[in-house]
Amino acid sequence: MATIRSTGTVVIDVDACKGCDLCVAACPVDVLVMTTDEVNVRGYPYPQLLPGCVGCKACSQICPDFVFQVYRFETPVEHEVSDPPPESSLESSEGVQ
Amino acid sequence: MSVAQVASSGSSASESAAEPEFLEGSEAIARAMISAGCRFFAGYPMTPFTEVLEAMAKHLPAQGGSCVNAESELEAVGMAWGAAATGTPAATGSTGQGLSLMQESLAEITYARLPLVVLNMARAQGDYFQATRGGGHGDYRHIVLAPKDVTEAVYLVQEAFHLAAIWRNPVLVMGDYYIAHTWQSVSTARIDFGPEPDRSWALDGATGGTGKAKLISPIADTKRGDDVGYDLAEFYGRRGAELDVMGREVQPRAETGFLEGADLVVVAYGTVAQYVREAVANLRADGAKVGYIRPITLYPFPTEVLRNAASSAKAFAVYENNRGQMIEDVMLSVMERADVRFIGGLSVDSSGFGIAPDLDVTSVRARIQTTLEEIS
Amino acid sequence: MTTRSLPIIESTSAPTQAAKLVDDFTPGLINQGAHHLCPGCGEPIAMRLIMEAVEELELAQKTIAIFGIGCYTAYSNNLDVEVLQALHGRAPSLATGVKRSLPDSLVLTVQGDGDMVNEGLQEVLHTMARGESVTCFLLNNGVFGETGGHMTAATVLGQRTKNSLEGRTAQEHGYPIVISDLIARLDGAAYVARGAVNTHTNVARTKKMVKEALAVQTAGLGGSFVEILTMCPTGWFVDTLDAPDYLNDNIEPIHRFGVVLDRSDDSRHHGAGR
Repeated sequence: MATIRSTGTVVIDVDACKGCDLCVAACPVDVLVMTTDEVNVRGYPYPQLLPGCVGCKACSQICPDFVFQVYRFETPVEHEVSDPPPESSLESSEGVQ
Repeated sequence: MSVAQVASSGSSASESAAEPEFLEGSEAIARAMISAGCRFFAGYPMTPFTEVLEAMAKHLPAQGGSCVNAESELEAVGMAWGAAATGTPAATGSTGQGLSLMQESLAEITYARLPLVVLNMARAQGDYFQATRGGGHGDYRHIVLAPKDVTEAVYLVQEAFHLAAIWRNPVLVMGDYYIAHTWQSVSTARIDFGPEPDRSWALDGATGGTGKAKLISPIADTKRGDDVGYDLAEFYGRRGAELDVMGREVQPRAETGFLEGADLVVVAYGTVAQYVREAVANLRADGAKVGYIRPITLYPFPTEVLRNAASSAKAFAVYENNRGQMIEDVMLSVMERADVRFIGGLSVDSSGFGIAPDLDVTSVRARIQTTLEEIS
Repeated sequence: MTTRSLPIIESTSAPTQAAKLVDDFTPGLINQGAHHLCPGCGEPIAMRLIMEAVEELELAQKTIAIFGIGCYTAYSNNLDVEVLQALHGRAPSLATGVKRSLPDSLVLTVQGDGDMVNEGLQEVLHTMARGESVTCFLLNNGVFGETGGHMTAATVLGQRTKNSLEGRTAQEHGYPIVISDLIARLDGAAYVARGAVNTHTNVARTKKMVKEALAVQTAGLGGSFVEILTMCPTGWFVDTLDAPDYLNDNIEPIHRFGVVLDRSDDSRHHGAGR
């Protein structure tokens, strides 16, 4: 078992998204990933959140469609990750805390 | 409204000089605009409009106003547009070609429901269509006033600010070379035309952050709060209906004379109409059955006055310093009731400024006389 | 980095744990986020940082925003500041009239490169040359976006647009105008800077420029001008995800990022108007 800490989180207005991917590219801790098999009411893929968010607002500041609300936790939230991802990705998210 | 009535009403007391002063027309117009409350003026030099700009540059700042020498007429009307949007009584102007550069903005200012006074110190009378039909895009109208001399210009330019405020619409005052450069003893005191609506629509920033921040736009008047932002059909429909009401309710005015028993009625506006009136008075004195009509509001055009005259007159003769433009409005008023002829003509002197060398009473009288013979 | 094995965190409602909201969907002065601009468009990003700057400087109740005509025009419908809609190219002239009439107001214009560098070049040059204390914002995406992506005076050499399909050439289309450098040569200008919204760090740096420009206006030091490079994937024939790099590789080398002129410490420098 591995744990990943999130010091922040986002709320995603799924139907506002136009699937432009800018948030995914902007996220410094790579915790946003676009859906591949689901689309929103407009027919666009949309971002989903993975563990490790640091609440840095990169996504909300770059998003052309105001899809994100960004929060910072008072105390970090732990996420249990059942099968640990390959060594490298675990490293990058740990290091950023 | 007879000429006498116009002159007397111009002498009501006010904060600026009430007694008449001997002034050049341009200076008198500028002072009258300031008396009427104008606090923003922008313009670009062009004969014979330039002296109005000079006078405003000289007098307006002292009254706490701004006079901006614009980089072109196109920006002059844009600046006046901005000032008007703050509720500041604003004006601009030029001559013929300069007005052409302003047409795009004059149309949009009309759609944006903004009060603005515009002067055309014209060269000759070739701008009648531009003024009354508008050289801009779409369905819009301006109120157009045409003084015949400095005294009436001082009155009508003040009334223009009042009408602009009442209707939140541009009002055009058609001056010319004579009015601009004729010296006359005239009072430029403020004339009180009665109450005006409040300017709560004006922008000053204060409604920012309240959830209901104001909007002034040629394509909308409320923020729709959807992802489209405007509905042109709905807005232009509503704005068009307002312009129809304006066209019906603004009192069309004309000066008339000697219409009783007149077989021929001569129609002319502006400075030219003074020559026509003199010629008609002389002919009348010699027993000729001729009268005259001088439209003062070019829009709304005094259609009824012409229609009534057409019930007795055999023919109308239109004298304009152009190749025939107002004649169309005369024909639209008279329809098939009477014959309508054109006795004017393009008359631009060698200086090209429209002093009209053949604009003298004898030549005007001769043309009227010829027409009288043709119709009798 | 393979992330498929990481769990997706449910994020369609506010967190239950104790947390502080650091960024709402829309800032205070943007009423609602919905707009019709293309996916990946940079203009709403620029509008957001401008409105955040106005709010942070507590200028909302003095602001009059004057809009040109382009993709961004309908966006004025989203703003909770007073808006005056101008004709294509004329915004700086209207701004002059507004500011001369209301010297204590905060007057800003929003124009695209087609609106400003093509249609309204005379207006912005003279307004800045006179040193009117207004702030002109240029959303420069190198194309007339609203007509579908056509060449403007700011389009860089080699850039493909609907009317320069093989790429702009000096020989056929002439050279672009690098507007901020032109404005910076005018004595009336007090602050000129060029930002971009293609990365979130650039967004932050650009917001600082916007705040400095607005401060120059409130200090009455003369004309302030901020050009903001914005992405237009549609007009650039690129994918939304590639637009930020397209900007870095093709647009920024000509329209360089950074403060071009800063006279804000010269308190003697005053523009036209009271």
